Amino acid sequence: MKILKIFIIIFLSMGFSQSKSDEKSDKMKSKILKNIRCLICQGQSVYDSESDFASSIKLIVHKKINEGSNEGQIYEFLRKKYGDWIVYDPKLNKNTYILWLLPLLLFLFGGVTIFKRLKNKK
Amino acid sequence: MKNKFILFTVIMFTSFCFIVFYKGLNNSSTYTPKITDKKNVPIFEAKDFNSNAYLNSEKIFEDDIFYIINIWASWCVPCRTEHPLLMKLSKNQTVKLVGLNYKDNLNNAKDFINEFGNPYSQIIIDNDGTLSVEFGAYGVPETFIIDKNKKIIRKFVGPINEEIVKKIESIIK
Repeated sequence: MKILKIFIIIFLSMGFSQSKSDEKSDKMKSKILKNIRCLICQGQSVYDSESDFASSIKLIVHKKINEGSNEGQIYEFLRKKYGDWIVYDPKLNKNTYILWLLPLLLFLFGGVTIFKRLKNKK
Repeated sequence: MKNKFILFTVIMFTSFCFIVFYKGLNNSSTYTPKITDKKNVPIFEAKDFNSNAYLNSEKIFEDDIFYIINIWASWCVPCRTEHPLLMKLSKNQTVKLVGLNYKDNLNNAKDFINEFGNPYSQIIIDNDGTLSVEFGAYGVPETFIIDKNKKIIRKFVGPINEEIVKKIESIIK
């Protein structure tokens, strides 16, 4: 009887950890698919799209996750095939320096201005 | 003096932003694939159309000649319009045509080949579209030229026409 109980506990805990890891990979899959642009139906992510292209990409992402690829490796694979356009999050490179750095510069500029004004008031 | 400096900075900054965003407006908002990017042929395994046996990419592209990969499907209307041109290209001895049958019904695909002729030295099956993704394709038909070093040197999105055939012939000469 005791052995049976132990077996049940082990079995249940295995099932629990399996479902936890499935949940984790499903979350990762959704996150990746939402960040990939559907090239056929502009303005939609692969996650939202039902096009042939989107369904193939969904399969590829699923396969890559099962093979143990991480998020960055999957984006890199798709970038190699289709260029930076495929991913909604643009990579920091010479074409996107302004895009990434401009908000930061504006933030700093605004901060310095506010700081100076407050200092002057005092 | 201080006000003039601030005004100058603001004008310069606004002009800079204007130029950047104006240039950005001229960029296409739709996906335009790079057609001359040199990429290695992907390593893959695919089912043969006739024998159903699995073939690897090394076996498919084993000869030291140019290859043309053509993605096609029996349900694809533009594939029908380009098919006579593929038949013409297949007569060229310096190149081998490989067909990649995309998400198709096997019987319909066989009927298509029987009706319009077979320009391909080999046809491989891509049932779920994942093989086309390996080539960086996103629709049908698409045509890729592979050189003797097994690099994809050119791709044509959409059906090929006489002009493209001339281009292909000048590349594989």
